[in-house]
Amino acid sequence: MFDADDLYIFPVDVWIQDGVQWLALNLRPIFLAIKWPVETLLSFNDYVLHEIPFPVFVILIALLAYRLASGGIALFSAIALIAIAFMGVWSEAMTTLSLITTAILICAIIGVPVGILCARSDSVWNIVRPVLDVMQTTPTFVYLVPVVMLFGVGTVPGEVAVVTAAAPPLIRFTNIGIRMVEKEMVEAGLAFGANNRQLLWEIQLPLAIPTILGGLNQTVLTAMVMSVVVAMIGAEGLGLVVLQGLGRLDVGRAAVGGIAIVLLAMMLDRITQKMAQPKDQKAKSLLRNLLGLLQIGGVGEPLSTPPGRPAA
Amino acid sequence: MPLRGGFPVLMRNDRRNSPLHHRKTDHALSSLVSLAISAAGPARDQARTRWEPIVTECLKIENLYKIFAKSPQQAMQMLAAGSNKEEVLAKTGAVVGLNNVSLSVPAGAIYMIMGLSGSGKSTLARCINRLNEPSSGKILLDGEDIVGLDEERLREIRRTRISMVFQHFALLPNKRVIENTEFGLKLRGVPLQERRRRAEEVLSVVGLSRWAFHFPHELSGGMRQRVGLARALATDADVLIMDEAFSALDPLIRTEMQDELLRLQRTFKKTILFITHDFQEALKLGTRIAIMSEGELVREGTPQQIVLEPKSDYVAAFTREIDRSRLFDARSVMTAAHAVTRMQDGGVAGKFLVSGEAAFVVDSDDRILGALSAVDQLKANSGTSLNSLISSDYIAVPASAKLVDVARVYRTGQPMAVIDDSGKLIGTLAAEQILSRIAATSSPQPSSFGDQNV
Repeated sequence: MFDADDLYIFPVDVWIQDGVQWLALNLRPIFLAIKWPVETLLSFNDYVLHEIPFPVFVILIALLAYRLASGGIALFSAIALIAIAFMGVWSEAMTTLSLITTAILICAIIGVPVGILCARSDSVWNIVRPVLDVMQTTPTFVYLVPVVMLFGVGTVPGEVAVVTAAAPPLIRFTNIGIRMVEKEMVEAGLAFGANNRQLLWEIQLPLAIPTILGGLNQTVLTAMVMSVVVAMIGAEGLGLVVLQGLGRLDVGRAAVGGIAIVLLAMMLDRITQKMAQPKDQKAKSLLRNLLGLLQIGGVGEPLSTPPGRPAA
Repeated sequence: MPLRGGFPVLMRNDRRNSPLHHRKTDHALSSLVSLAISAAGPARDQARTRWEPIVTECLKIENLYKIFAKSPQQAMQMLAAGSNKEEVLAKTGAVVGLNNVSLSVPAGAIYMIMGLSGSGKSTLARCINRLNEPSSGKILLDGEDIVGLDEERLREIRRTRISMVFQHFALLPNKRVIENTEFGLKLRGVPLQERRRRAEEVLSVVGLSRWAFHFPHELSGGMRQRVGLARALATDADVLIMDEAFSALDPLIRTEMQDELLRLQRTFKKTILFITHDFQEALKLGTRIAIMSEGELVREGTPQQIVLEPKSDYVAAFTREIDRSRLFDARSVMTAAHAVTRMQDGGVAGKFLVSGEAAFVVDSDDRILGALSAVDQLKANSGTSLNSLISSDYIAVPASAKLVDVARVYRTGQPMAVIDDSGKLIGTLAAEQILSRIAATSSPQPSSFGDQNV
């Protein structure tokens, strides 16, 4: 009677099955509402990335890497992209990249505000934290089950899975970044009469930026991993190349997919990592960083004095 | 009649309204030369009013308590019943930050709050702009109680009336020096051009114009704190809280910044609350000093009062190592001039001070014409012309001269006169007076300046 096999087994699987079926039937409008913006954004990104001619894209990425990181990383990015193109998986790589960029956008739009809320209220954090714990300890593989149940199969449900997996680090890092802002800095803001909004925008967010960008790096990498895994539920991209290669015992094809994934991942990691640790040890302002992402130069220079004012 | 310092001196009384003055003037006019020796009493009063230029009370704190606990009521009751900090902590677990602190800060003063770490000095300062929320009591800023203010009004006060300088500067690393300087104005919603102009002005006052477009991490510690000071000055707040503002700087830079603050204070005349754990700093900068211990105010007064009369071992421990010769000035130990003798005589028309040993002849504006030795005084009394008797063999020191400088010019046998800013004779000094003040121990002893508080 002490054998686990002898125990009465609760039909947990049946309960979940029934529960999910009920959800899928009755809350269908909600899932459609979630799916719609994801689908729109994803198809737009996918369209843009596929439309840009390959050499132009290589140059754009190299410039972006040069601006955000360094010349070495720009060179590496260019070589990695050219290698991917010459391995014949350019289109798949662009699909994967569109999955990732869409996921980053959605994560940033959701994750940063949620992180800010968590940082400002202990009770919100106490609710969000266990949810994040569960999300982050769940193997990426396991995400696929509820996603298929609720959103079906294909690239868009895959994207939902990518976003779900990639959001927690950004929320966590935003929360920690804001909470770790030095007490004296916050006091300085208060002492000069900052209200909550000014405190957030003038002090907390700018000082939390390096930490938030660290979170972004984690998010990018998680999105990268997940964008490959979701091939199993029918999402297109480099993951599908690997999956097909394995399915057909075509080791060469699978390896090509694998190499392309590694190159893409290294490129994204290096660029975002450098963003998190500013080149010249000085923290950039929020605006400067965000505009830096858009490659707009010359922001935040002195207004009444030419930029190159001589140092003493 | 008490004769101070063994010098019977005929003294001039410059308290024009006192009945004593009129009586003596009349008396003096009635005779050619008369001897009058006054008691030291009026001189003491005079000294006190001169040293404490209390204009208005800018900031007044009444029965302020701060208890770090979720529910401070029980701790408050225990304190009211006379329990001390340890007893409250043991019984309720509440930490007493401030225990019934009352003080008043005159406008335009540098008010030093001195204490060791954990004495509640920072807590007190932070209560004033409510970075710490007081548990009970009143903080009156020009009569308005800060403790009861709603958020909106509190922000208003923080933006316009009270600014703060932090120990570790608290400059925003992502903003340039000028952006840091204009920070308070930006929060207030001042348009860019206007706040830039103001920030540039203030930066030039603290001597950092050249660094306006650098980042804080490019500056040295002293320069960073100048930015902190500029940021606080830019808002035009009239109350400045300086929380250990110079404690993080190395000694030379600290001295430099102290001098800088004194220089700025001459121009800006802010009401400054300066928190420090350094008694030397408190003496150097302070108009008044409040000494905190265990959340309580244990001694309050001018630097001179506190050094002369520490009143407790805790305070005496701070005062023991103090260089008194740099703290006290000639005015604080001089024998004040009181009675007046007016004489008409040939070329010299004026009053003169007579004593057994030395006297000074002054003109109608009380400026010294010359000294008169004890022997010559007798001759003067017997009708010899003053013109032929007075000598220029004397030393005059300004009333504000520190004793260390007075001692340097002292010469045996030469009478020493103390003059005020306009050159008027206000007192005389003897070697014994200087020595006894410099050598005074910290043990409680009666002070000649009276006592204000505690």
